[in-house]
Amino acid sequence: MVVLRYAQEILASIGAAVLALCAATGALLIFAATAVSHLVRPPFYPVEIGRQLLRIGWFSLPVVGLTTLFTGGALALQIFAGGARFNAESVVPSIVAIGMVRELGPVLGGLMVAGRVSASIAAEIGTMRVTEQIDALSTLSTNPMKYLVVPRLIAAVIALPLLVLIGDIIGVMGGFMVGVGRLDFNAATYINTTADFLTTADVVSGLVKAAVFGFILALMGCYQGYHSQRGAQGVGRATTNAVVSASVLIFAANYILTEVFFTS
Amino acid sequence: MSTQITLKNLTKSFGRKHVLRGVDLVAPAGQNTVIIGESGSGKSVLLKCILGLVKPDAGEVLLDGQPADRDRDAFLARFGMLFQGAALFDSLTVWENVGFRLVRGKNKLNRSDARDVAVEKLRRVGLSADVADQFPAELSGGMQKRVGLARAIAADPQIIFFDEPTTGLDPIMAGVINDLIREITAEIGATGMTITHDMTSVRAIADQVAMLHNGKIRWIGQADQMDTCGDPYVEQFVTGSADGPIEAVR
Repeated sequence: MVVLRYAQEILASIGAAVLALCAATGALLIFAATAVSHLVRPPFYPVEIGRQLLRIGWFSLPVVGLTTLFTGGALALQIFAGGARFNAESVVPSIVAIGMVRELGPVLGGLMVAGRVSASIAAEIGTMRVTEQIDALSTLSTNPMKYLVVPRLIAAVIALPLLVLIGDIIGVMGGFMVGVGRLDFNAATYINTTADFLTTADVVSGLVKAAVFGFILALMGCYQGYHSQRGAQGVGRATTNAVVSASVLIFAANYILTEVFFTS
Repeated sequence: MSTQITLKNLTKSFGRKHVLRGVDLVAPAGQNTVIIGESGSGKSVLLKCILGLVKPDAGEVLLDGQPADRDRDAFLARFGMLFQGAALFDSLTVWENVGFRLVRGKNKLNRSDARDVAVEKLRRVGLSADVADQFPAELSGGMQKRVGLARAIAADPQIIFFDEPTTGLDPIMAGVINDLIREITAEIGATGMTITHDMTSVRAIADQVAMLHNGKIRWIGQADQMDTCGDPYVEQFVTGSADGPIEAVR
């Protein structure tokens, strides 16, 4: 009897966890669908979109630039060290380029912006929730979804590909600097190899990933902030959840998109 | 032109917690109705139900006899609200807060005209034009409340709600806000609805007083009848006594 009771308790807690996961997923999907439905319905708030573009795009540029610069340099060193084991040091320019453009640029850029922007969006909207500013928006005939969520989603989807494109260039430049300065590559050969090897599809696939990551990180920031619980602790939890969930979803989406691009 | 608000059998539960158990109330046009009740009695939920921020489980909200949810945009267009913590938008300046509604919607003004109206409303609540370009965080609590009041009256609404208008203010500033509420609602002929547990506010603002207890209207009457109504719940609340039918947690 005791064993049966323990088994029932274990099954009940597993069931409760599964139900909670289903409820959370459903709530997130409804939130995302509502936000997307507002993308095409007026009124639009272009000033808010511009403000968010500046905040998400322009102010994230230093962190994305530095991240990709150092990653490009480190990648060049790693590939040189690995390639030397089978006399393939010459692949450094091409692997740095493809690694940065297809994978590391979008993923690291997405993660850095998720850390910076998802947290900030969740904290801002969460504070607005607990101080009744979101209720105030509603009473002023302004739909909070349209005014708060949609501009952030649009701005992130536009800003991330641009950030990642710049990050790709800086990352390849980082590899170039290390390749030429530290590993004695010829500068012209390095540039020519990079240009010859990269295809449009490589760049486009990375930028598509970046747009999806932008949507994810803004969505998670908005969702967690919008559903923030009362008090400072609630806002803190929303901020943490936003960064963690955005990061995990970025990794998951990265695998799915890579699989799609790889297959096609 | 002001509007009569009628609540019919308004009911709301959160899980097993029954917050509103059938609220019936008429707030006469052009008068100030104050809803009193102990903390947790459902005053804020009642206000949010009327506003449509919380969907009631049952019951109706009627404005001049018409359901409020028939055209929510039209309802909100003739409505203003002062929130407990003012709920000013941190990222906007004071005048942008006050003129928020004026620069949006069908009859929107250009920014220059909206600023002029906002400065005029700020002046009406006793604030100078100097504060117009400051941010809410730069103002004291009392000044923020005044800005919230200016925002509530910016579009000359027919209905104004006041949620705990004097909470967190010193007695003198609370008196100022009470007087402003009384004067301004009379000036624009709006229907006022206030929720509070501050009896000084009740006496300063109310034409009609309703007591919400245990999710229902326990007593309703004119403000001058409040002290002599004979209802033990109202008497205990008015006198602030710990002894009486309302259980006080010690």
